[in-house]
Amino acid sequence: MPEELYEIETDVPSNTVEEFLRMDRMPHIWCPGCGIGTTVNCFAHALETSDLNLEKVAVVSGIGCTGRVAGYVNLDSFHTTHGRAIPFATGLKLANPELKVVVYSGDGDLTAIGGNHFIHACRRNLDMTVILINNFIYGMTGGQVAPTTPMTATASTTPYGNFEQPFNLPYLAESCGAVYVARWTAFHVRHISKAIKEAMAKKGFSFIEILAPCPTLYSRRNKLGDGLDQMVYYQENSEIKHGADTKTVGIDFQSKIIVGKFVDVERPTYLDAMNDYYQKRLGDKYIPYKG
Amino acid sequence: MAETTKQKKVKGAVVITAERCKGCGFCVEFCPPDALKLSEQYNKKGYHPPILISEELCNGCNICGLMCPDFAIYGFISAQKKGAKAA
Repeated sequence: MPEELYEIETDVPSNTVEEFLRMDRMPHIWCPGCGIGTTVNCFAHALETSDLNLEKVAVVSGIGCTGRVAGYVNLDSFHTTHGRAIPFATGLKLANPELKVVVYSGDGDLTAIGGNHFIHACRRNLDMTVILINNFIYGMTGGQVAPTTPMTATASTTPYGNFEQPFNLPYLAESCGAVYVARWTAFHVRHISKAIKEAMAKKGFSFIEILAPCPTLYSRRNKLGDGLDQMVYYQENSEIKHGADTKTVGIDFQSKIIVGKFVDVERPTYLDAMNDYYQKRLGDKYIPYKG
Repeated sequence: MAETTKQKKVKGAVVITAERCKGCGFCVEFCPPDALKLSEQYNKKGYHPPILISEELCNGCNICGLMCPDFAIYGFISAQKKGAKAA
């Protein structure tokens, strides 16, 4: 191809996601082939393309592999106790309603030990974004069965396969009252970026479930290959169905995965509902809470 | 044959931080124009980092940059056809 047809740019631009990450802490602890890094990359891209004031964004994580995200993002971040990411985020949001609070944690942390907090945050419609990385297992502690482990899948505590019915997380979130519910896999990088941007712009409890490969524990124990094989499986077996009935999106072992944006509705948030109600009830005596 | 050859509007390039790579292969597998391959070389940790097969193939879409779990690669548009608007 003749070179003179092109205008050559001589400056090599720097990687735009690096300013949103604490690059001095790289390389991170996640295994080769783990999907959590990919989702963090998409999160950084979402921040880059949104016009949010980063001084007003806070990331709260619990414990676990995904809980490490708080330590790697170059934002105000908080690495909390196991399962209590949402309570800490609730306190943060209520004390300072100007903040945009993002809870970034794993399936075990948010729906097992922190399941109670999760359903009540959905119910109250607290204005926060929850990004849940679902790797189907407790990764950091050695691959124990989690509430999201599909039936018949092997974990270190179920050597003959899991017989417990797993959570259908989008259905759980919707039925408890979340106003934005989406599911993507680590393969859908552009969709994740867009969903995170939408969720952060949404007022109310927005929930994104991202399926990510765990090559070291889940894939290895179930003989599913490495992280790349899982990503190819996501590519070949995901079906995008926006607005699908969340009752129908449960995940079986190595079955088809329904992804997409399932719920996008409006409902008064916790603080709005409180201010409205007390204003009606108490009239001028009540001074609306603004933080 | 220059008139009949379909020319790309843009040319891309990638920047690879080989020492940060853990050789997962996401960038190689999901590169839309298949412009990457895993290198024969090892990095310090013993993984094979990706290399660009040819600058001609890369279109700077940055899917590798989005896919990479280790922030070790990103793509950008290095040159565009004269008169063409940036994508």
